[in-house]
Amino acid sequence: MKEVAYSHSDTPVSLRLNRKKWNMKRNWPLHMMLVPAILLTIVFQYVPMAGIVIAFQDFKPWLGFTGSKWVGLDNFRFLFRYPDINQVIWNTLVIAFFKIIAGLIAPFLFAVLLNELRSMAFKRVTQTLVYLPHFLSWVILGGILLDILAPEGGMVNRLVVAFGGQPIFFLGDGDWFRVTLIVSDVWKEFGFGTIVFLASLAGINPALYEAAEVDGASRLKQTIHITFPAIVPMAVVLMTLSIGNILNAGFDQVFNLYNPLVYEKGDIIDTFVYRLGILNGKMSFATTVGLFKSVVGTVLIVISYRLAYKLANYRVF
Amino acid sequence: MYHKTLGYKLFSVFNYLFLGMISLLCVLPIVHILAVSFSSMAPASANLVGLWPMGFTTDAYEKTFGNSNFLQSLWISAQRTVLATVIGMALVLLTAFPLAKEDQSFRGRTMYIWFFVFTILFSGGLIPSYILIQKIGLMNSIWALILPGAVSVWNIILMLNFFRGLPKELEEAAFLDGAGQFKTLVLVYVPLSMPAIATLSLFTMVFQWNSWFDGMIYMSDVKHYPLASLLQTIIVQQDFSKINVDPKLLENISQRTVRAAQIFIGALPILLVYPFLQRFFVKGMVIGAVKE
Repeated sequence: MKEVAYSHSDTPVSLRLNRKKWNMKRNWPLHMMLVPAILLTIVFQYVPMAGIVIAFQDFKPWLGFTGSKWVGLDNFRFLFRYPDINQVIWNTLVIAFFKIIAGLIAPFLFAVLLNELRSMAFKRVTQTLVYLPHFLSWVILGGILLDILAPEGGMVNRLVVAFGGQPIFFLGDGDWFRVTLIVSDVWKEFGFGTIVFLASLAGINPALYEAAEVDGASRLKQTIHITFPAIVPMAVVLMTLSIGNILNAGFDQVFNLYNPLVYEKGDIIDTFVYRLGILNGKMSFATTVGLFKSVVGTVLIVISYRLAYKLANYRVF
Repeated sequence: MYHKTLGYKLFSVFNYLFLGMISLLCVLPIVHILAVSFSSMAPASANLVGLWPMGFTTDAYEKTFGNSNFLQSLWISAQRTVLATVIGMALVLLTAFPLAKEDQSFRGRTMYIWFFVFTILFSGGLIPSYILIQKIGLMNSIWALILPGAVSVWNIILMLNFFRGLPKELEEAAFLDGAGQFKTLVLVYVPLSMPAIATLSLFTMVFQWNSWFDGMIYMSDVKHYPLASLLQTIIVQQDFSKINVDPKLLENISQRTVRAAQIFIGALPILLVYPFLQRFFVKGMVIGAVKE
């Protein structure tokens, strides 16, 4: 290493490195290390972005990108006149909205209650159990839900009947289907969602509670005046960031639970694109719908990150 | 002392009961499926099985493992999980190391970061990706399941934050001892990052094992399906048209106990790595959340 030979001066290494700006002699391996990831990203991420041109074509696979007819914005005009599209967008918004809200409240409350446990062993067992569903895929959970929600003889309906109710067709009735989506999503994710709240709870200075105790505050008062203010900022950040997800109603979940009976109230943008593009072969139109969603989604993500930065000084990168 | 008031004691009792009940609710469905899978056919189809097997038998598992489609997809899933984790982690380390440098010492870093981060924000979408895989001839190849997702930008960000947490002096010491960048990564950074590497590997393995959608669109024949995709087809869609087995076996596949056994086998690898995963992931989340 020739550079080392010059470095007997007192100049710290980091400062000496600044002098030459690109410093290719020392840094070329760094550029080389990035090559495999860059190549893969270009091929599998950026090339498909170029493929978006088919949203402006009447794409036929046998004609290819160059042979297919250009139709300008026709696909977009068609999109906004397509009879089902409003319903599909509405379904997406409704399902995503309730998932976001319920998916914030449940872990928030659960973390606060968990924080009140004095038995560490009980706390640990509880955490182990509630984190588990997060790691199972919607295929597995879909299979399980199909079994336990079956109108005849499913575990849940056996309970409903035992309490004197009528069996409910959870996955065959539109409104119940939405409820099922929201409840099962909360069921899968609330445990994992508590982690961030527990992290903020762990950051509370115990001296605050001690001082409140000396002043004679009840536990409820302590919770309202110390615990809540400490974790509400985290809830605000999560809330803001979730704006970017309002068009993601959860493809994996819906796809594994839905059926033609509930298309009217359960079909979301992503499942619609799949059926249209892959099953019906309307590739151009499906890409148009996907592009529409992607652009709106990106704008929303950028806005939500800006907001989170402004409101809570939160930065991801 | 609030612990001693009657109100708080009452609350405590209800709190324990309530949280205990909620936690059980998270695993009971899985216990039920396990119970059904070990029950004999009659009580299972009469809906008598609760949380304990009735008429214990391993019949359902024997039938499941007797199905060649099932075994084949199990093998594909195993290959996919191992290959994708090894390749993915190699890429994460190689990419996170340069990107963890400060801007002054590695010119161009910011530009590279945005090159990768942009793919989180925006993507070509389902159809163009599908056409790409078709055009480059990866249909029905296991690489179609591995390569498109090989560069995980989220994992790279987690790893680079971990790298940044390591003392800068280490790198300078390695440099003065004459180690190049590559040697510094392999001999200094990698050994120090084992906890982070273990965490991200486990997460990648779980993610790969669970992935089902790519298998369904990129594989035209069931014999190339990974297990998750096969389960999606036969358990969720209950579509047996793609599977070439004789009708007698088909009858077996559609049984409730066999379905339960298949679901459980699909979940089993996750359940097995879960204890290790759990030890790491809280730490892993902190790695990602705490910067500098």
